[in-house]
Amino acid sequence: MKTTEETTTAGGGDVRLTGISKTYGDFTAVHPLDLTVPEGSFFALLGASGCGKTTTLRMIAGLEEPTAGTVHLGDQDVTALPPYKRPVNTVFQSYALFPHLDIYENVAFGLRRRGIKSVKKQVEEMLELVQLGEQARKKPHQLSGGQQQRVAVARALINHPKVLLLDEPLGALDLKLRRQMQLELKRIQTEVGITFVHVTHDQEEAMTMADCVAVMNAGRVEQLGTPADLYENPRTTFVANFLGTSNFIEAEVDSTSGDDIVLKAGGGKLVLHRARASAPATTGGKILAGVRPEKISLTHADDAGEIPEGRNRITGRITESSFIGVSTQFVVDSPVCSDFEVYVQNIDRDPRLAPGAEVVLHWNPAHTFGLDAAQDIDAGAETVEEEVA
Amino acid sequence: MAFVNWFKRNVVVIAGLLTLAYLLLPNVVVTVFSFNRPKGRFNYEWQQFSADAWKDPCGVSGLCESLGLSLQLAFWATLGATLLGTMIAFALVRYRFRARGAVNSLIFLPMAMPEVVMAASLLTLFLNMGAELGFWTILIAHIMFCLSFVVVGVKARVMSMDPRLEQAAQDLYAGPVQTFLRVTLPIAAPGIAAGALLAFALSFDDFIITNFNAGSTVTFPMFVWGSAQRGTPVQINVIGTAMFVVAVALVLVSMAVGNRRKRQKA
Repeated sequence: MKTTEETTTAGGGDVRLTGISKTYGDFTAVHPLDLTVPEGSFFALLGASGCGKTTTLRMIAGLEEPTAGTVHLGDQDVTALPPYKRPVNTVFQSYALFPHLDIYENVAFGLRRRGIKSVKKQVEEMLELVQLGEQARKKPHQLSGGQQQRVAVARALINHPKVLLLDEPLGALDLKLRRQMQLELKRIQTEVGITFVHVTHDQEEAMTMADCVAVMNAGRVEQLGTPADLYENPRTTFVANFLGTSNFIEAEVDSTSGDDIVLKAGGGKLVLHRARASAPATTGGKILAGVRPEKISLTHADDAGEIPEGRNRITGRITESSFIGVSTQFVVDSPVCSDFEVYVQNIDRDPRLAPGAEVVLHWNPAHTFGLDAAQDIDAGAETVEEEVA
Repeated sequence: MAFVNWFKRNVVVIAGLLTLAYLLLPNVVVTVFSFNRPKGRFNYEWQQFSADAWKDPCGVSGLCESLGLSLQLAFWATLGATLLGTMIAFALVRYRFRARGAVNSLIFLPMAMPEVVMAASLLTLFLNMGAELGFWTILIAHIMFCLSFVVVGVKARVMSMDPRLEQAAQDLYAGPVQTFLRVTLPIAAPGIAAGALLAFALSFDDFIITNFNAGSTVTFPMFVWGSAQRGTPVQINVIGTAMFVVAVALVLVSMAVGNRRKRQKA
């Protein structure tokens, strides 16, 4: 499309934030941060409400003036440009469609403001892209939430912006429609090839849609990476808890041998691969060993002998079990961690695995990740529940 | 029994019609008596049908001059109050400034204060300033008391307006002026129009404040009041009826336009 031609010039169409920050009086919404959004990518800013993600987005749009730092679009420094001079468009939370204009005029708004006279063909094509050709002469309030959302996307995309900014665009939709729109947005992004920067508090949304996710917390970027990388290799407890669920064991470094770090926790030994430890491991030092609930296997204590050698193992007693169809979720009380969560696929269900049963939890050491022990184990855990509710 | 059931089913309609009759009866009397040929100077008793007054509405000396003056005053007062009131409303909703709270409540003072008190104080003020009473003193007074009504109407509208709409306009390449003309103003328009209509009506029929501050100038309400002492010409009823008809016609036209627009969209 048009943008790819424009951006073959040197410097590309990356969005580069350099040392950008925003303070309101005593409150710092965004701490100085550097961020590069590669051209053509679907980039998500993920975090709980109040983490600074929307402020960051608004600084790219020009709707918020950064206290310090610069915003570059490709080679151009746009920090001082007002929003109406930036080649960037926004899909607002709750859409902000103009209530006094019909769908057609809403979509044509940006073209008309730039003095383009013949808008008909472009508007019709754009409405076709979002499958709203029939609704052109309706007013926004006559459309459903999902349709309004698509109008908001069309109204922004028709201007062929260098970057499309989406501020919680799916927040007002119900769950089913949201899933549908996630796929729809992903399809549109692939089709037009424009850089999308998507702000959301929904970790599942960020993971399914984005190529690259920046997890934000308290005005800082905690970690940046592909969804799989963030999930498998969280570097902070916040990321580990905010994206999915994690179990943590407070352990002490017993010894190191080659690529393995041997940890001591509650009398047992656990192995952690050095490459997966984001904190330095010195013998006698503390480390948080984490493992995702679905990586763990559950074996009844009577069969403990059948567990292959070389696996990390801890013992415990099942306190809760809930059957949810594809899997069964267990909560296990163990000496090293009181609420160990384990998700077991329902392939061969062992009827002995019920609350009160003594069990052995075991997993491949490669699935253990190590974090700096000087953090709050529960960081990011509660906020997720709050946001989902 | 059948009657009781019928009554139960239609009680809302009956109550509605009775209320409407209550509201419209005075207008009917005014209209009917505009076709009267009274004996003597007072138009209080029905004598016989005549369209004389309709044929010569300006037949009473001073009446049409006063009407013209009142329309002029109402026009300028509406314009002034709407402009100032709209700006005040935007300032109160959009900006944080010192004494904003005080302004917010003081702006309603003219609505709460007894009119006659305000009229007397205004007169005192004008006299002390050595102002010559007449068109300008009336206009200043009218703009003042219309202002609060415009502010109330526009403020409600601006408050319910999503600030993101203007941000969206800016994001879509509209500069500050374009944003105001294309988005802010059209969305605030119903509130502004409501305020302006109210201001026009208030200014046109104000008597007390006008009477105090008019000097030798005579507005239409003052003319009616004055003539009621000596006899009421039928022409007053003619003007009254005409105003009523024009107002109803305007409402009907605007409703028809609105309906047609809706049908076109659907």
